[in-house]
Amino acid sequence: MSDKHEKDIDQISGVETTGHEWDGIKELNNPLPKWWLYTFYATILFAIGYTIVYPSWPFPSGDGWTYVKGTADYAQRTDVAEEIGAVKAEQAKYVDEIRSADFAAITANDELHDFALQGGKAAFGDNCAGCHGSGAQGFTGFPNLNDDDWLWGGTIDAIYTTIQHGIRSETDPETRLSDMPRFLADGILDRDGVLDVTEYVLSLSGKAEDEARVARGAVIYEEQCVACHMEGGAGSHDLGAPKLSDAIWLYGGDRAAVYETVAYARRGVMPAWAGRLDEATIKQLALYVYSLGGGEAAPVESMESR
Amino acid sequence: MEKLNPINSPLGTPDAAAVNRADQRDQLYADRKKVYPRRVYGQFRMIKWVVMALTLSVYYLLPWIRFDRGPGVPDQAFLIDFPTRKAYFFGLEIWAQEVYYATGLLILAALGLFLTTSAIGRAWCGYACPQTVWTDLFVHIERWIQGDRNQRMKLDKSPWGVKKLLLKVSTHLAWLVVAALTGGAFVFYFGDAPTLAKQFLTGTAPLTSYLFAGGLTFSTYLLGGIAREQVCIYMCPWPRIQGALVDENTLLVSYDKKRGEPRGSLKAAAAGEVLGDCIDCKQCVAVCPTGIDIRDGFQLECIQCALCVDACNGVMDKIDRPRNLIRYAPEEHVTKKGTGLIFRARTFIYMGLIVLVGGIMLASLIVRADLDVNIIKDRNPLFVRLSSGDVRNGYVIRLMNKQHADRPLTIRASGLKGLTLRSTDHAEGKELQVSLPPDDSAAFKVFAVLPAEAIGEGVLTSGKGEITFEIVDMDGHVISRQNAPFNGPRS
Ligand code: SF4
Ligand code: SF4
Repeated sequence: MSDKHEKDIDQISGVETTGHEWDGIKELNNPLPKWWLYTFYATILFAIGYTIVYPSWPFPSGDGWTYVKGTADYAQRTDVAEEIGAVKAEQAKYVDEIRSADFAAITANDELHDFALQGGKAAFGDNCAGCHGSGAQGFTGFPNLNDDDWLWGGTIDAIYTTIQHGIRSETDPETRLSDMPRFLADGILDRDGVLDVTEYVLSLSGKAEDEARVARGAVIYEEQCVACHMEGGAGSHDLGAPKLSDAIWLYGGDRAAVYETVAYARRGVMPAWAGRLDEATIKQLALYVYSLGGGEAAPVESMESR
Repeated sequence: MEKLNPINSPLGTPDAAAVNRADQRDQLYADRKKVYPRRVYGQFRMIKWVVMALTLSVYYLLPWIRFDRGPGVPDQAFLIDFPTRKAYFFGLEIWAQEVYYATGLLILAALGLFLTTSAIGRAWCGYACPQTVWTDLFVHIERWIQGDRNQRMKLDKSPWGVKKLLLKVSTHLAWLVVAALTGGAFVFYFGDAPTLAKQFLTGTAPLTSYLFAGGLTFSTYLLGGIAREQVCIYMCPWPRIQGALVDENTLLVSYDKKRGEPRGSLKAAAAGEVLGDCIDCKQCVAVCPTGIDIRDGFQLECIQCALCVDACNGVMDKIDRPRNLIRYAPEEHVTKKGTGLIFRARTFIYMGLIVLVGGIMLASLIVRADLDVNIIKDRNPLFVRLSSGDVRNGYVIRLMNKQHADRPLTIRASGLKGLTLRSTDHAEGKELQVSLPPDDSAAFKVFAVLPAEAIGEGVLTSGKGEITFEIVDMDGHVISRQNAPFNGPRS
């Protein structure tokens, strides 16, 4: 019986095997280079050093878990805070300029204008999208800001004022304010009268069906409505009175919705943002909303435009 | 292993085996045995010199070649410019978003490797790989300073003294100088070479360029001077892949066993032994840069440099026997099947693929426009109904101008009856004028408005339609034409 450790040499490769065998498959013992081994040791040393210098081992403490902080006192949180600080500082230059410049100056400066639009878009998502929708497309009762129909005016300045002071805001004395009477509920008109006016309003956009009511409604409109909604339902930006002859209806333009509006009035509110948002943000918001495509040109600008 | 039967005897256990006796222990880690390649002369050595001269001069000199592209554009023939995200190669200009050309080049390079390897084995490894070229250069430097193989082996065995120290230190210094030049040359591909060289010497170059130059100096020194064949044997994946690329028809550096064996010295032959042509002078072993014996057959370690061919031919010439005992040959010695044909189905397939990929790249380079147009339609909201009943859709049109000059352009749209365009600054009409800055991109917000009457006439059936934007230059040529959807209310 042999006590000699026979070296098992693989026939094909001529390489010694480790003696391990699985289902006839043998493992060749091709030695690793030594430098490879030392490199491996070096990486282990590096890892140990790393855990000493950088935050590493978690351990329970008191009511939760904490970790070894490391000698370098490094934390990614501080890095992020620094980076955010740096970005804020970088933005400050633009923000300051937006705060002090007027709208014409901002739009004239492409770089500044771009910055303002991006900032306005972000602020819109945070503050306005809840009511007006993420694409400013609006909902029933909340105006679509992409279109060219404006209750209180669609020039940059008008939009800016609206955002600053809000609409029917209870906290802002300068808020945009107007109240439509509740013609039926307050007893100004009876049900028939309301139906007549409704029919007249519908006639302004060619949807009337009952000529007799239209004629009677026209008389009532002349007495009750024309002061705000103007001749022919042209509306008034100063009073926030919507145009009644166009294709856009904030609360719906069918007979039932218009009847409802006349009988019980509508009273949309929007908060005043001055004080809640800083001046530069409000300006950015105004520029952004204006840029959505429905903004009205200020008279001078429209003459200059190509 | 066999099971040992314990024999219990008062005198001890004479059958006990020290299974782990030092001389029988499996060796798990191997020291590197230093290779001392000998100088060799011959045809393949010459090819290696030429390839080395070519590759190194291209590498060191390419960034210094100038190429005039007009004012305001770098005049370096080959430049990868990170700040502007552009790569220049003579008349070619690749923007970051066209990085697929780099992908194409890599695919071509891979196919090229496949083709050469299947035809003539690891010619890349033997002649052109940077690892081989720089190792070769470093070995030559070593030889110029310390002498050829035998002197170097003697020097290493001799005890440390002033002479040995001097020779060793100067070798490493010379290596470091070459390594530094190599690492330094690399950064010139990424900035204006003359400017960067000046900055580099005055210490005002950007930190990254020092870091890269330093890192590459170190790696060149380590890989070319110290690690050498270890890189090919242990670190590089290519030797593992080659097994799948060579076949019995591939021309490989191989030793003609039939002709060479049995090997034996000239003396033994003179004494009357019947021997083959190999006189066992071991010249082929002495010149091998990876320290193997080609007579053992095809091996993973062999980089196919053919220096052993040169060495053996030298010997054969001297003893007046025919050359090519070691030569490029198909596997025929072993199987008789190999043909050694370079043109065969496999290589034709690789060649076909190279032509195909190269053709696609060339074609796309030729038809490449110097204006990129990208139109993104607003999705939120999909469309806006205006107070007049008109329907408006918004688009962001991003134009990228690859010309080095300002570019006035006209955007117009058609496809639906009565369609007009509007910009944010209230210009309105059939077309809009825009101006692009040189070598830059700009985005324009454009609104397309479809009149209420058109909708009434059912132009937009099912609420969807398509319009065509045209980008027109000042001479009225349509540079680009792209379709975009137009949405509206269902009617
Ligand atoms: S094995 Fe790898 S590193 Fe060595 S010569 Fe070939 S390709 Fe170059
Ligand atoms: S065996 Fe011959 S071809 Fe292979 S690496 Fe050595 S010298 Fe070069």
